[in-house]
Amino acid sequence: MTREEVYENLNEVFQYVFDDDSITVQDETTAADIEDWDSFEHINLVIAVEKKFGIKFTVGEANEMKNVGEMVDIILERMPV
Amino acid sequence: MRELEYPFDSEAIYGRKKALKRELLAQLDEKSCLHKKIAILGGSTTRDIKLMLELFLLNYGIQPEFYESEFNQYYQDAMFPNPELEAFAPDIIFIHTTFRNIADFPTLSDSAETVQELLDKEYLKYVKMWERLAKVYHCVIIQNNFEYPYYRLLGNKDASDMHGKVNFVTRLNCKFYEYAQNTPNFYINDINYLSAQYGLEKWSDPFYWHSYKYALCVPAIPDLAFSVAKIIKSVYGRNKKAFVLDLDNTLWGGIVGDDGVENLVLGHETSAGQVYCAFQEYLKEYKALGVLLNIDSKNDYENAIAGLNHPAGVLKPDDFIQIKANWEPKDRNLVQIAKELNLMPDSMVFVDDNPAEREIVRGQVPGVAVPELERPEEYAKIIDRSGFFEVTNLSEDDRKRTAMYQENAKRAKEEAAFENYEDYLKALNMKAEIKSFTPVYMARIAQLTNKSNQFNLTTRRYTQPEIEEAAANPDYITLYGKLEDKFGDNGVISVVIGHNIENVLHIDLWIMSCRVLKRDMEYAMMDTVAEACKKQGITEIRGYYYPTAKNSMVKEFYALQGFEKMKEDEQGNTEWRLSLADGYDVKNHVIDVENDL
Repeated sequence: MTREEVYENLNEVFQYVFDDDSITVQDETTAADIEDWDSFEHINLVIAVEKKFGIKFTVGEANEMKNVGEMVDIILERMPV
Repeated sequence: MRELEYPFDSEAIYGRKKALKRELLAQLDEKSCLHKKIAILGGSTTRDIKLMLELFLLNYGIQPEFYESEFNQYYQDAMFPNPELEAFAPDIIFIHTTFRNIADFPTLSDSAETVQELLDKEYLKYVKMWERLAKVYHCVIIQNNFEYPYYRLLGNKDASDMHGKVNFVTRLNCKFYEYAQNTPNFYINDINYLSAQYGLEKWSDPFYWHSYKYALCVPAIPDLAFSVAKIIKSVYGRNKKAFVLDLDNTLWGGIVGDDGVENLVLGHETSAGQVYCAFQEYLKEYKALGVLLNIDSKNDYENAIAGLNHPAGVLKPDDFIQIKANWEPKDRNLVQIAKELNLMPDSMVFVDDNPAEREIVRGQVPGVAVPELERPEEYAKIIDRSGFFEVTNLSEDDRKRTAMYQENAKRAKEEAAFENYEDYLKALNMKAEIKSFTPVYMARIAQLTNKSNQFNLTTRRYTQPEIEEAAANPDYITLYGKLEDKFGDNGVISVVIGHNIENVLHIDLWIMSCRVLKRDMEYAMMDTVAEACKKQGITEIRGYYYPTAKNSMVKEFYALQGFEKMKEDEQGNTEWRLSLADGYDVKNHVIDVENDL
């Protein structure tokens, strides 16, 4: 999966979790950019992303990623090639 | 709503939580919905528990308002003065504590005495909370028990050795259960079973604890919330009351009309036959809970009865109250069964293997429960987990209910033999006990106030502590009515609560069980109310009728009792008065009444 393909799938997850079809995310997107993205919704986001890509984040990763770009880095690293 | 019925898809509920809430609020019936204030006192994160609980409660027609303690402040909130919680005045307090909240576990070097001390100390901490909460808030308390620990230092021995955490949790749980057995309005939410059912390994995934301080995995939260919602709806009388069962391929394999009784799949000779025996056994156990069994089958009546008399069958014709075996549409039979039992159609659970029949009943009868059934070996599981009949209080009445309905069927036969209805009533040799509330009946009285919907003038709900307060207050007149006749004892079936202001009695509550309709019991009650008023120098009675979706049968109740209407507003709320200044005409002439006036 290319970085672009990851983003296509990730946009769907964000749109579903935050119930908003207009959301698109980029490397620099952070919780500050999406209204409902607080620490609680972050859990649901993490669960949905894990499910979508068939991967698991560690406790450290899930809580320390600084922006969507870092999330995508981890996804790409963990996905089967 | 289908998405919130067992077996639900937790992920889909999470994904659509906002939309679900909007839809549930839109379909909420203002007239019949209950408003309840729920305080969640958590020993870990509770945010999503609140969100999910709200959805499941709305689905039961209960609109909640929440108080949520700050993170892990359950103990402080419970034990110390808390103006915010006091102002909130909860109807229910849910204490969400878990294994993670147990502070001191035994260590391997502890003596038996030390372990016992630790156990007592942990238990007493909870007892003190429960007692203070009951005293300050007079409300229902729902307390989690403890799930098993995530790891076992001693391996298998953790369960049996007094130093093991599994052993400690097990003993603590038993102490909680003893408390629950002896305390009204206190219920255990069994997360020990829930976590086992869900899979302890997934349930206690430490990822969620270390990341967000959730004591259970987030995908299991809908299961937890569903469990709490089932307890709450049961406390407030939203349980289902009866089964309406199909026969062919539901209670046995095959079609009795085509295959003949001898070829039905039923009995211990074959695996498939055992499955249906087991399901019949499961259903039969419900009789002890007071759940009524009925048949709604597309069959000739004779064939249905022949099938039910199959030698390997567990359920026999006598186990059922109503058997409708005919070629009418099933939804019509179901409504007819409800009518003959004096129950609302939405208090039925319709069990049928045929998806088309299920769809018709679901579409035609709003509010009826229609579990999705696929494999016969899973019928019992689906029904069980759905919690249609969640038990919170089990009264003597519940255990005897089937017998009482069968007695009613005999009365109906007797009635047909009399030309004059009053002669029939007299021949029943009815004896009533109408007295002030007394401790042995408090639980049944509270249960009745929460379950009665049809013969209920004001639809006010009372908790047991409120009932006890009214009984103790000298300005209140409280009466319960018990009725028996030559066919059997109906138990406590009517309750009246009124309060006296300057010699006028205002009736706050007047309810009667529909199983004693048309027996003149309501007149016997009014006669006793009037007599009690006379004793206290009360010269006037005021009655109130507040319409709901279910109580139209008592719209003219006070008119029939000889009251005059004083007021009626746009919603149809009415107020009535009866003056006792010039005496009172006794209305009951058929029931022999014993009172304590």
